[in-house]
Amino acid sequence: MSAETQETVAKASHSPESQALEDVVVRFAGDSGDGMQLTGSNFTEVTALFGNDLATFPDFPAEIRAPAGSTFGVSAFQIYFGSEDITTSGDAVDVLVAMNPAALTTNLETVVPGGLVIADAGAFNEKNLKKANYDSNPLEDGSLDAYRLLTIDIHSQVLAAVEEFEIGHKAALRCKNMWTLGLVLWLFDREKATTIENLQRKFASKPDIANANIAALNAGHAYGETAELPTGVNVYKVPKAKVAPGIYRNVNGTQALAWGLIAGGQLANINLLFASYPITPASGLLHALAARKEFDVTTFQAEDEIAAVCAAIGASFAGSLGITSSAGPGIALKTEAISLAVSAELPLVVVNTQRGGPSTGLPTKTEQSDLLQAFYGRHGDTPLPVIASSSPSDCFEVAIEAVRIATKYMTPVMLLSDGYISNASEPWLIPDIKDFAAFPVEFRTEPEGFNPSLRDPQSLARVWAKPGTPGLEHRIGGIEKSYETGNISYDPDNHQLMTDTRQAKVAGISTDIPEQEVALGESKGKLAVVGWGSTFGPIHQAVKRCRLEGLDVSHIHVRYLSPFPANLHALLADFDKVLVPEMNTGQLVKILRSEFLIDAKGLNKVSGQPFKIREITNAIKAELA
Amino acid sequence: MNQAVDKLTVADYSSDQEVRWCPGCGDYAILKTIQKLMPELNQAKENHVFVSGIGCSSRFPYYMNTYGFHTIHGRAPSVATGVKLANPDLDVWVITGDGDALSIGGNHTMHALRRNVDLNILLFNNEIYGLTKGQYSPTSKVGTRSPSTPEGSVDRPLSPCAIALGAGAPFVARSIDTEMKHLSPVVKESYLHKGASFVEILQNCPIYNDGIFEQVKDKKIAPDFRIEVEHGQPLLFGKDNNKGIRLNRESLELEVVTLGDDASLEEILVHDKTSITQANLLAAMQGPDFPVAVGILYHRPASAYVSDLEQQRLSLRESRGEGKLQELLSSGHIWEVK
Repeated sequence: MSAETQETVAKASHSPESQALEDVVVRFAGDSGDGMQLTGSNFTEVTALFGNDLATFPDFPAEIRAPAGSTFGVSAFQIYFGSEDITTSGDAVDVLVAMNPAALTTNLETVVPGGLVIADAGAFNEKNLKKANYDSNPLEDGSLDAYRLLTIDIHSQVLAAVEEFEIGHKAALRCKNMWTLGLVLWLFDREKATTIENLQRKFASKPDIANANIAALNAGHAYGETAELPTGVNVYKVPKAKVAPGIYRNVNGTQALAWGLIAGGQLANINLLFASYPITPASGLLHALAARKEFDVTTFQAEDEIAAVCAAIGASFAGSLGITSSAGPGIALKTEAISLAVSAELPLVVVNTQRGGPSTGLPTKTEQSDLLQAFYGRHGDTPLPVIASSSPSDCFEVAIEAVRIATKYMTPVMLLSDGYISNASEPWLIPDIKDFAAFPVEFRTEPEGFNPSLRDPQSLARVWAKPGTPGLEHRIGGIEKSYETGNISYDPDNHQLMTDTRQAKVAGISTDIPEQEVALGESKGKLAVVGWGSTFGPIHQAVKRCRLEGLDVSHIHVRYLSPFPANLHALLADFDKVLVPEMNTGQLVKILRSEFLIDAKGLNKVSGQPFKIREITNAIKAELA
Repeated sequence: MNQAVDKLTVADYSSDQEVRWCPGCGDYAILKTIQKLMPELNQAKENHVFVSGIGCSSRFPYYMNTYGFHTIHGRAPSVATGVKLANPDLDVWVITGDGDALSIGGNHTMHALRRNVDLNILLFNNEIYGLTKGQYSPTSKVGTRSPSTPEGSVDRPLSPCAIALGAGAPFVARSIDTEMKHLSPVVKESYLHKGASFVEILQNCPIYNDGIFEQVKDKKIAPDFRIEVEHGQPLLFGKDNNKGIRLNRESLELEVVTLGDDASLEEILVHDKTSITQANLLAAMQGPDFPVAVGILYHRPASAYVSDLEQQRLSLRESRGEGKLQELLSSGHIWEVK
């Protein structure tokens, strides 16, 4: 039996008749204006409160307001939840909510055969069908026979439900998403109370709108309870997950990264200047920090990417920690200045929320194709540490690590996230900030024996003397400096020494980071699947499934990419084969091959979508065949 | 602290680095003027930060015994903005040139001025790229012959002061490299101004653009080719101080008139440094038809960016209180798993 058929059979057992499920994938899809993201996030909250483990993936178009009914204007929100540990937003969809024909046609292929399709018949009119290139109505022509189809004229249902509020036809129709959510809440046996509270809060100043939405929610829920639904459409039971005890919350990558930077600043006892220029999908981080001025963080929306990184560098010179953030194209603009920070040996954190490239590429889609840029994308011999987050919640710790390394080693640090991580959310066991060891920055104040080239003999970090400190007046810059005095030097031997020192400083960080661990499986064997960044989730699930089938495969996830942990080479050498799945054409695999001279093999995907678990299980099985 | 400040001299502001500009470069005179001015500013030495970009002028910070950062081409205003944001108590200077500030760094100059960041920007304008061996610059006059324009440049120059005014700078002045008596008080005023200040310093490059400002510098002919503007004083110039600037009320353009000949003193425009309209007209004046205006062209204080931000932060802290991270992490919907 091929991996593909196994998967299908396994999924088919998820059919609604079985009622109790281990896990389920629900996808809400509709027009950009249909409020699918709001529907999804409300459903996520309820699901988390219920106690399922979950992961979500919002999938929205690049256009702010695409023409209504168009296929390129479809906005979707996917949630995968269950009673086992969930690390991806799911492969195949069990329940698709399609608010119009365009949403159906663009999302149907993700639905598992036998899956439930809920469609708003009220939106399947001639005009919308034409926009979605349907010659006949798929809700009526039998083309959806492979699925369980639940067609409801949600339009009419909603209008009837909110009639009493007299909010107008347009506003009434906007309540469609809440009606639908009400139905889905019923379908999964979930409480409405949290959503009702959210609606009351969101529309506090417009009680009519709040009440209309609540009425729509209740009506959708009641419809599920009372209407005669097609055979097999019944309440699903997804038991609570077995997760570690503690206080949890939902967190997306942007939030966790912002909070991690604030935490890092506190642990370093330093003010932060976050300087950025708007770019998708990185802008959220600027917004998140701009809203947190009660902490020691200043945000600066610069006139361009270059100004942003330069302001951050200026702040670091003056004794704050400068942080800048962008996506790939913006990082490209910043690279000259990043090299200045390497040369001047100032701390700097550069966050790259990667997106599909090259050029404008796929701004709202995810990719991890900026690894080589992070490693090598600068002029001169310009090494710097690179660190990557693996999931939304992991951003918190990774941000703290970036701040620690930047301030301890007086170096720019590249922190790689991506569009998936920044938007996706997952439950997070709220950490106790007291559990993190502080790493307070020490500024030089003693004039005796000072010059700006002094180094810590252990870390090789240059001394940090901030303007305003009496007796330490000094000049730094991008021209090569004397190793001895810090003054301009064109001496050939000195340039060699300074180049070697910059390399050694970054290389030395490998002894100051945790040893590489194996995320799942043994530390030697037939196959190591090595990943970095947001491929963690699907790789983890794939390795887990293959191990359940008895395959000799381990998952190694690399957080510290430059320098690598000191033991990584030896660890990989203990496996017969190394497979590196990446959402690029093969970047980490190139580095592993060139650094370690091992025959690592790539598994590559650049569709703007995360890996599906089965794509990786298939590759693992092919390797071990 | 103040006693120590009082005792400082030029020598205290000179670094131990050998100055490496070409012999005869106007930058020497500017450096000397600033070093001499420093003790007068009554500020602790460690509170001055000189930030520069790339070019001959941008070597300046190396020669000042203060804090200094020689950054990258065009970006000094951005780095300086970061310095000021991180520590608003510092006095931040930007040393730049015509190529640095108006070509590669035009965007940053414009936005530092627009935001009104409290920076003292000194632009050394020699109308040429010196460090890269003499290419024409965005301020070079039409017809400038250079290695990159062997037949003479055909594109029109821009006026640094007009750009600064257009960007909304609240303090705009023009002065001359070798005239300490004029330059020093202009720079001092720019320093005392809280907010962005912009001083264009006409600077001679003896190697690639020698004598370009001779008309306004040569004592013999300068009185006819430049006008020293002073707030509240009529705009008079000339060897005999009998030429003046009058506003043509029909065309709303300036015109040069001769006292007693075709105009009376009452008709001469009186300099009002708070008038943006007048400043724009004065900044645009150029030879040979008009005298070049030097002095403080425009000065109209406005609230400055970093202090406004600080104000926002203070009032926000008052209402929200100091941020507590653990509370932030636990904000919103949370749930307990037992």
